[in-house]
Amino acid sequence: MIKLFKVKEKQREMSENANGRAPVKKQSAGELRLHKDIGELNLPKTTTISFPNGKDDLMNFEITIRPDEGYYLGGIFVFTFQVSPVYPHEAPKVKCKTKVYHPNIDLEGNVCLNILREDWKPVLNINTIIYGLNHLFTQPNHEDPLNHEAAAVLRDNPKMFESNVRRAMAGGYVGQTFFPRCM
Amino acid sequence: MADPVSQASSRWRDLDKLLLRPGNLVGPNFDPGTELRDDLQEYAKVLVVGAGGLGCELLKDLALMGFRNLEVIDMDRIEVSNLNRQFLFRLQDVGKPKAEVAAHRVMERVSGVDIVPHFCRIQDKDLEFYNKFNIIALGLDSIEARSYINDVACSFLEYDAEDNPCEETIKPMVDGGTEGFKGHARVIMPGVTPCFECTIWLFPPQVKFPLCTLAETPRTAAHCIEYAHLIKWDEVHGGKPFDADDPEHMQWVYSEAVKRAELFGIPGVTYSLTQGVVKNIIPAIASTNAIISAACALETLKIATSCSKTLSNYLSYNGLEGLHTKVTEFVRDKDCPVCGPGVLLELDTTTTLQKFIELLEEYPKLHMSKASVTYRGENLYMQAPPVLEEMTRSNLTVPLFDLMGKIPKGIVHISGTATKNDKKTSCTRKLRVLFKVIDGDTDMDTATGS
Repeated sequence: MIKLFKVKEKQREMSENANGRAPVKKQSAGELRLHKDIGELNLPKTTTISFPNGKDDLMNFEITIRPDEGYYLGGIFVFTFQVSPVYPHEAPKVKCKTKVYHPNIDLEGNVCLNILREDWKPVLNINTIIYGLNHLFTQPNHEDPLNHEAAAVLRDNPKMFESNVRRAMAGGYVGQTFFPRCM
Repeated sequence: MADPVSQASSRWRDLDKLLLRPGNLVGPNFDPGTELRDDLQEYAKVLVVGAGGLGCELLKDLALMGFRNLEVIDMDRIEVSNLNRQFLFRLQDVGKPKAEVAAHRVMERVSGVDIVPHFCRIQDKDLEFYNKFNIIALGLDSIEARSYINDVACSFLEYDAEDNPCEETIKPMVDGGTEGFKGHARVIMPGVTPCFECTIWLFPPQVKFPLCTLAETPRTAAHCIEYAHLIKWDEVHGGKPFDADDPEHMQWVYSEAVKRAELFGIPGVTYSLTQGVVKNIIPAIASTNAIISAACALETLKIATSCSKTLSNYLSYNGLEGLHTKVTEFVRDKDCPVCGPGVLLELDTTTTLQKFIELLEEYPKLHMSKASVTYRGENLYMQAPPVLEEMTRSNLTVPLFDLMGKIPKGIVHISGTATKNDKKTSCTRKLRVLFKVIDGDTDMDTATGS
């Protein structure tokens, strides 16, 4: 290809001052895949989505879940999504912004959902994660706890768990921990 | 420093065997002779991305091969733990930028070579910077960085009307990678051989432990380290981001991991394991780097001079048990959104976005319904969710030509539901949009006849 290099170099020298129209960077493959995921979103009726940085930044967004059944009925829970440029090779980073009394979500907002970590596969998509998060509210799971106290209460005394959830969502203390109102 | 003429013949003796004689196994358009050697030195511009284990080797190899116009880019500074294999660096260099020291050392030892260092992130350079190189050689350790350079290199690629890549727009890449005793070297000719994105599945997914295992039932030293790194850090430092390159942060994670390991009676937490787990480091082997870099440097020479056919197209090396190497010819993803030709579409300058989206449904090669449209990172129209649909709806009545900044041609990406043989699949497609210029319609000075 050296001859080509030579020709190109000569061309470059000649057009040094002409306005060289360098191509503009394309979107990353991750952004394109995300564009498809977002354009095909089919949100459950409990869920809304927002894009804090406007319509052209799909890599950072928030979803709000308002469970319509179960322990968490009436609550409003916000999750942030951060999507990597190598999506879907890597799962999005999802955090719960709302402080919640939940066996599978800790007080820092870490979420224990298998498809966010060990079971993530590139065939999964944003919609799958959103359904997974909804599932956490209808079926909290005491077997994979991040908040062990909440998990123990759910396992041993579901009635008390229910009242703890109510108290936390209304804004109040469960044990030593204060939960801001999220209803 | 110029070469003494008398030394020239002996200095390039080995290279001359490849470049001055004809052969049966040479590449296309091989034209042996001293002019080739001179041109290699004068015209071939190579960028080495990364000045670490592979980068040090690559720079040395390329300089000794006779490449004279080299540049190297790396954002890191030298650390003590690099010194065992990144042989261009010495103890007194610790803390200095890798790119600068590496360039300096090679120029000291190899006369005539010019190496320009760039101490910055690969994202800090614009496209014009990357476009001036004839070949890009990669010595990287992350998928993300490779993917970025691949996007950049493929963005120069253009196709003709028959969907054949235009040779002068191909930006060849040579990619090396090592992990312990294993490694790979590959040649990427965008438009001809698979690009990084076509075969991203070659990279195994990172092992990630379930958070609840870390929180509840740790069984290994790595579990304890990840607990300290992912859960305990946030709990204690609330909001302060963890920085893997800050030794204080690492020390904190290490000591927390030790406490946790003691609590559960798990042995094996060490500082270096902590670094390894948190930064996802696999011990690097100097000889693997040397072997992979040598293969990459040779491919770079082959691409530049055609003195031999290039590797086609992926060499894997495994020195773990005995030695095993194999060359695999991977194939391109025809619909690759990064390196694929895309579908050529000719439009009037007056076609509105709405009309364009309707056209996609009938267009023979597409049959795409419910298309969302994006151009250079700008979402022109989104079918869903409702909030984005509303924000982009006003574009529907605007001509696409105007939305694309009135340029005669451009690349647009669409995603939606494509129908093929009565089967519906959701997909992303790349479109090469060409606008029919009507005489006297616009004052375009960028004539299409060039």
